Order: sequence, then C-alpha cells, then structure tokens
Amino acid sequence: MNEFFLLMKSELMVTAIIFLLLFIKVGKGMQNERLLPLIQLLLLLNVIFGFFFNQEGNAFGDMFHSTPMIVFEKNILNVGVYLISMLFSDWFKKTAHLAEYFLLMLSALLGMFFMLSSANMLMFYLALELASIPVAAMANFNLTQKQSSEAAMKMILSAAFSSGILLFGISLIYGVTGTINFEELSNYTTLSPLYTMAFIFLFSAFAFKLSVVPFHFWTADVYEGAPIATTSFLSVISKAAVAFILITVLYKVFQPLQNIWYVLVLLLAFITIVIGNLFAMRQQNMKRFLAYSSIAQVGFILVGISGSNTTGISSVVYFLLVYVFSNLAAFGVVSVISEQVNKESISDYKGLYQTNPLLTWVLALSLFSLAGVPPTAGFFGKFFLLTAGGAKASYAFMIVVVLNMVISLYYYLKVVRAMFIDQNETPIAAIQISAPVKLALIICSAGILLIGLFGWIFDFIQSLN
Amino acid sequence: MNLLLLLIVPLITALTILLCRNSLQVKWTAFAGSVVQLVLALVLLFVYRAEVVAGNAAQLFFEQDITLIESLNMHFHIGVDGISISMLLLTAMVVVAGVLFSWNTNKMTKEFYFLLILLALGAYGFFISFNLLVLFFFLEISIIPKYLLIGIWGSGNKEYSANKLVLMLMMGSALIMVGILGMYYIGGHDVDLMHLSNISIPAHLQKILFPLFFIGFGVFTAFFPFHTWVPDGHSSAPTAGSMFLAGISMKLGGYGCLRVAIFLLPEGAKEYGQVIVILSSIAILYGAFVTMMQKDLKYLNAYSSVSHVGFSLLALGMLTQTAITGALMQMISHGLMTALFFAVIGMIYDRTHTRMVNELGGLMKVMPFITTVLFIVGLCSLGLPGLSGFVAEMTVFVGSWQNDDVFHRVATIAAAMSIVVTAVYILRAVGQVAMGPLKNEAYAHLTDAKWNEKLAAIILLAGILSIGLVPGWLNDLLTPGAEIIMNRITGK
Repeated sequence: MNEFFLLMKSELMVTAIIFLLLFIKVGKGMQNERLLPLIQLLLLLNVIFGFFFNQEGNAFGDMFHSTPMIVFEKNILNVGVYLISMLFSDWFKKTAHLAEYFLLMLSALLGMFFMLSSANMLMFYLALELASIPVAAMANFNLTQKQSSEAAMKMILSAAFSSGILLFGISLIYGVTGTINFEELSNYTTLSPLYTMAFIFLFSAFAFKLSVVPFHFWTADVYEGAPIATTSFLSVISKAAVAFILITVLYKVFQPLQNIWYVLVLLLAFITIVIGNLFAMRQQNMKRFLAYSSIAQVGFILVGISGSNTTGISSVVYFLLVYVFSNLAAFGVVSVISEQVNKESISDYKGLYQTNPLLTWVLALSLFSLAGVPPTAGFFGKFFLLTAGGAKASYAFMIVVVLNMVISLYYYLKVVRAMFIDQNETPIAAIQISAPVKLALIICSAGILLIGLFGWIFDFIQSLN
Repeated sequence: MNLLLLLIVPLITALTILLCRNSLQVKWTAFAGSVVQLVLALVLLFVYRAEVVAGNAAQLFFEQDITLIESLNMHFHIGVDGISISMLLLTAMVVVAGVLFSWNTNKMTKEFYFLLILLALGAYGFFISFNLLVLFFFLEISIIPKYLLIGIWGSGNKEYSANKLVLMLMMGSALIMVGILGMYYIGGHDVDLMHLSNISIPAHLQKILFPLFFIGFGVFTAFFPFHTWVPDGHSSAPTAGSMFLAGISMKLGGYGCLRVAIFLLPEGAKEYGQVIVILSSIAILYGAFVTMMQKDLKYLNAYSSVSHVGFSLLALGMLTQTAITGALMQMISHGLMTALFFAVIGMIYDRTHTRMVNELGGLMKVMPFITTVLFIVGLCSLGLPGLSGFVAEMTVFVGSWQNDDVFHRVATIAAAMSIVVTAVYILRAVGQVAMGPLKNEAYAHLTDAKWNEKLAAIILLAGILSIGLVPGWLNDLLTPGAEIIMNRITGK
C-alpha cells in the first residue's frame, strides 16, 4: 500500500493541492495577495518533494507505470509550473479568478503526469484529454478580450480535431493487433499497411500537440491571444510533456516500425525547422515571435528523437530541461513589460538597455540560449540533440539543420539589437520588478548559465535510462 | 605550471569588473588582469623552454584532463606546445594593448571591458584546449562579445557590420560543428585531438570532413571567398575591437585550420591543397589591389589584412614544414602589426576625427610619436628586413619554393608580386598622412600620444622587433609542432 502511494506521489501531491484550492474556493475564499504566496509555497514543496522517495513499478493492471526517468520528467514539469506561478505574479494578482486558474493549470499538469506514466492507449488518451481541455479554458482568461476567446476557440477545436484523429488511430491499432497495451504492442512485429496507417494517424495527433509543421497553424494565433501565463504553459510545459511521451511511444511501442518513423521524423524535423525559422523572421510581436521560434525548437527536438538511442532520450530530456528555463525567462520578461507598460512589439524594445539593464540581460541570455550560443546551456542542449541525431543522419542533412541554427540566430539577434544597439528617444521607462518575479528570473538565469557548465547533469540523466 | 590559471585570471578579472563602482576602477582592474595574464604567458614561455632544454620531448606540456561528461566521453583536455604558447603570447600582448588603447572609452565602460575580457578568455581557452568540443565552445564564446562590441561602441554602418560578421562567423561554426559530430562517430565517441590523431580516418571520410573544418575555420581567418565580413567588421568596430578581431580572432581561424583540419586530416589536406593555394593566391593579389583603391585608413588596413592573411593560408596549402612554420610566423606577425596599425589609426581618428587619407597630412609635425609608430608598422607590413613581416614572409616564400613543380612555383611568384603593390599603397598612405604641410589648421593644436598609448605601442613594437631582429626563438618555438604536423602529412 505504501509503495502504491509512493509510486503515484507526483499525481497525489498535485491532486492534494487541487483539492486544497477547491476547498478554499468554495469555503470563505481568499484575497489574491494571500492566496498567491500560498500557491507558490505549495508548488515549491511539490518541486522539493518530487526529488525524494522515488519508486519504480506498475499499477492499475499495468495501465500506469513509473520509472526514475519518468519521475525526473515530471519534476522538470513541476519546476516549470513553479516558475510560471512566480514569473507571472503581476498578472495573477490582477486576475479575478486566481484559484480557478490554478485549478485548471494543475488539472492539466495532472493529466500530463498520467500521460507520462501511461502504459496503455486508453490511459494515454484520457490523460491527453485531461491535459488539453483545461488549457483551452486557460486561454480564455483575459475575459474582457475578444482575442482571448478566439484563442480558446481555436485551441479547443484543434485539440478536438487531433483527439479525433488520435482515437481513430488507436481504434485501427486495436483492430489490427487486438491490444492497446504498450508492452504487448511493442512485441507486435508483423508489419501491415493498415498498421502503418494507424501509426501515422497517431503520429499526426502528436504533431498537432507539438505544433509540428504542417500541423502548426493554430499555434501563433493561440499564443498571441491567450494570456502570457497560458502561452508559456502551452509552449513550455505542454510541449515538454508531449515530447517526453512521444519518445516512449516511438522508441518502445513502435520500435518495429522504426524504419518508417525515422524517415517521417527526419522529414518533419526538416520542414518544421525551416518553416518555423522563416515565419519567426517576419514577426513583430514578441509573443508571436516566441511562438514561431518555439516551432523551430520543436524541429530540433525531432532531430534528437530521430537518433533512436539512449543518447536520444537523454538529449531530449536535457534540452527540454534547459528549454524550460530559457523560454520561461523570455516569456517572463515579455510579461513584465507587457503588464506594466502594455507594449509587446519588438520595436518597442528599442533602447531597453538604457532603462532596464537587468531585464535586458535576462532576455538576451534566454534568447542566446534559445539560439544555442555558448556559454549558455542552450548550446549544450542543441549540441547533444545533434549528437544524438548525427548517429544516423547524413552529413548533408546535418549541415542543413546546423545552418538553420544560424538563421535562427539572425532573428534572435534582431531583438538583442533592438534592446542594446538601436537608439530610441522614448524607451520603455524603468520598471519596478516585484520580488517573486525577480527571484524567478534569477533562478532562470542561473539555470541558463550553470546547467551547461555542470557536465554531470547530463550524466545523471543518462544514468536514469 | 597549471594551465587553468590562464582561464581563471581572465574569469576573475571579468567578474571583478562587474563589481567595480566607477569607470576608473574598471579600467585599472582590466589593466591589472591583462598584465597578470601577459606575465603568465611569459612565465609559460620560459618554463617551457627550460623543459625543452632539460630534454623533455613530449608532444604536449602541462597536460590536464578533467572528465566533463562521462557518458558522452567529453573531457576537458588542456595542454600546450610551442605553437599554442606563441599564440598565447600574441593574445596576451594584444589584450594589454587593447585595454590601454581603450582608456578613453566613457560610454558604458563596465560593459565594454567586461566584453573585451570575455573575448580574450575565449581565445586563451581556444589555444590550450585539445578536445574538439571544448575548443569549439571557446571559439563560440566570443560571438556575443563581438556582436555587442561592434554594435554598441562601433561607428559607421555598425548594425549591418555586426550582423554580417556574426552571421558569417556562425556559418563557419556551423560547418565546424557538423565536422565535430562526424569526428565523434568516426573516433568511437571521442573527440580528443590526440586520440583522433592516433586513429586512421578513411580517406573518403577525410575528403568530406576536411572542407567542413577548413572552410569553417577559414571563415574566421578571412579565407577567400569568405572574407567579406573583414572590411565591414574591422572598419565599424571600436579601436580595441578591430585590434582584437585582427590580432586574436582571425588567428583562432588560422590556428584551427592547422591544428584541426590539416593535423587530423592529412589526406584531405593533400586532396585540397591545390585549391587552397589557388584561392589564397587570389586573396593575396585581390586584397592588395583592392587596398590600393581605399581612401579610408581602416578599410585600407582591413583589406591589406585579407592580403596578409592570404600568405599564411597559402603557406598552409603548400604543405611543407618550412611553409607551415612560416604560416604560423605570419599569423603572429600579422596579429601584432595589424593590431598596432589599427591602434595608430584609432589614435589619429581620436584626434583629427577623420580616417580619410586625403584629409590628413603633415601629422609628423604635431604628433611625432604616433607617426613614427605608423611608419614602423607600415614598413613591417611591406616586409622591411629587421621587422617581423620580413621574417614571416621570407619563411613562407622559402617554404613554398620547396615544392618544385610549376603550379606551386607560379603561385609563389604571383604571391610575391603582391609585395610591390603593398609597397605602393603603404608608402602612399603613410607618406600622405605623415609628410607634407599640415592639411588643416586645426591639426596644429593636436597632442601626441599619452602614457597609456605609448606604453601599449611599445609593448606591441617590442613583439614586432623581437621577431624581426632575433627570429630564432620563435622558430625554435614553432618548429617541433610544425614537424609533428608535417610527419602526419608525409605519413611517417
């Protein structure tokens, strides 16, 4: 019994927080000023607790399973959610329904946890739904803005559509093999066209969630319309969770189809990087800019996944660990500026360094990390992804991918240039950063600077395999 | 001697700069840090010579190997040989001079010196690392400082230049990165330089990898036709930035071409040797003729850099031991001389606020020290005996001449012809600036060099003269390394 609790401790912790929030909400309720620190404290405890008492094993008739790697992935998500609760404090304090927002976010997180631990298509589907439907409600949280509702609508429609495709794929799989258990599916080695088709349906659902080109059309509008907290949750936490489970599905469940999915992943990686880069170059709005650049990042993750070895898993996990810090730092700075002076365009950032050196350095660091320039951790993340991908890919493909890193540097530099170099008569005035935001930004910057310099972190991830 | 000191000192300097309260503290901290670094480099030189005299014939000295990532077999492997030591000395001298010449910077001083020291840190790390990943890491560290130095403190069309420079250098890095990934799998999950030099890499793979590395590093050192960032970058950068770009950054590329591309992939080098020779000859002649047309002193020096660096690349393509030694000498000589040339241009510009040759004249009368230095670097640039340029170019030509086929001879002769062109543009420009009557009334009240400028110029001049007058020590330093590389090429 005790073991069972420890096996599901991440899920139980999050569930406990959800219930606590519910009781507070239906009971007397609390002021935002008092509720928010409480939530932040709970999430911090959640993060700390995540690193202890780890258990390995299966539960619920092999529908749920947990390994050290899965626990570590959950911890990354926990850290991300904690950082979100800190980074967007300004916005959270203003919102009228703080408890509900976190209820939704934590429900989605719970869904992701179950998704990572699922060992059965049914469980996987349920968890995926739990992880995506609350996010649509979160996208609608700027209640007075039409754009926000539009984002939510787009989000829910595309989520429903991809779920439909996913279900269709699963039903075909069941039709062909007679099972939906991951373990049994991985032993199913008879290849048939129908099975391949089922796989492709399943894969396109993943592609929707990860916003891989050509399934990316919903991304930019949703990112722009939703509140920044939701956008960052979508582009960091959701993406990380789906990428984690994609590895399990490809490496374990569809191991027999490796020759097929390898080509598919490589092809999609190529298109995603190129299109993501081309669109990111043209963006003027910071949120849209980060959205498209995150599409290109997903392309790099796919390159790592294509390596199909243990380095592939470790490099993706490592990259996403770094990505959580880098991307959240970028969203954090954008949010601080947007909350205080309501400016989101890149041209508004001109001359920012004169008035807000700290914010500028954090944003520059995170952008350099996203671009993969040393000494930031993003460099090592990208390098390991390419190392994993390079195990099988040709030189020509690697050159194209790496040259795309140069293109991505071009548009990240556009923002850096606006902040540091461009002259502006009326730059954004000096901004007062509140304590929790400052703390979170410092944590993110420390992560960006230090993770890469500590080589044992990668060794640790590798040892979890 | 512990080589980690070479990294720790600039790191501490950079962090101390961040803690400083005013710009005077920043300047003195940077100066102190860079002087300590220069002393360290000199101590390293003497300790190394003592070891060699004592009969230590190891390939690498003062090696250290720290495991970074066990599962990927990544090691922080550092060590030095004669080649690295000479490069470290060059870097340390240019850094001290660069810090001194920027004494008048008053716009965001703290950031300026922080980035300068960071740029130097990358170079120190690059020259001592013997693991490709670590080497690459240090090569790339300098990308951000270069961009910001040119972008913030530069002049003219600086946004365009900074962008162009960074993107072109990144393109070079991209090719190197693919090469490293290839090496990682060829070398059995190990990218240690010494390990890779002991395994036999199949010839067909060498033919794929060699261009990746050579062009990749070549972009950094203005390998024709990837030299186009040089004129824009150099002319837009602040004085210290141009000095670092020409004196340090371009040497990273040349050193990489030799140490990584040619040393690890000798078969590839033989395959593409003639291509390198052709392209470098074009660069030498084209660079020289384009320089003739320049009116702006900074552009003049930048284009002549393309021509001068062409000599060292030409020598690398010749693949003889003397030529390789000559290539390295040319790199060091060019580093010192171009850095000083840019410094002189900076000093003149600070006073007259113009860099146009035709607007200057008669400066010898008002600033004798600066113009004398200008004369010396000018003569060094055109290869006057007694100065480092002559020693280096002579070694290059002798080494090139050792190839006794028509092709190499023609290329050598063509390259040697460019010296005439060099003499034309150097004498014309220097004469115009220094001689004749004062062009402008306002120039009569200009002051000569201050203590910091004099000190910095003397340090660089000392380097130029010590190579020019007693080239033996540099030759002794470079020969063992060049010999090992040559043995790889001849297959001994």
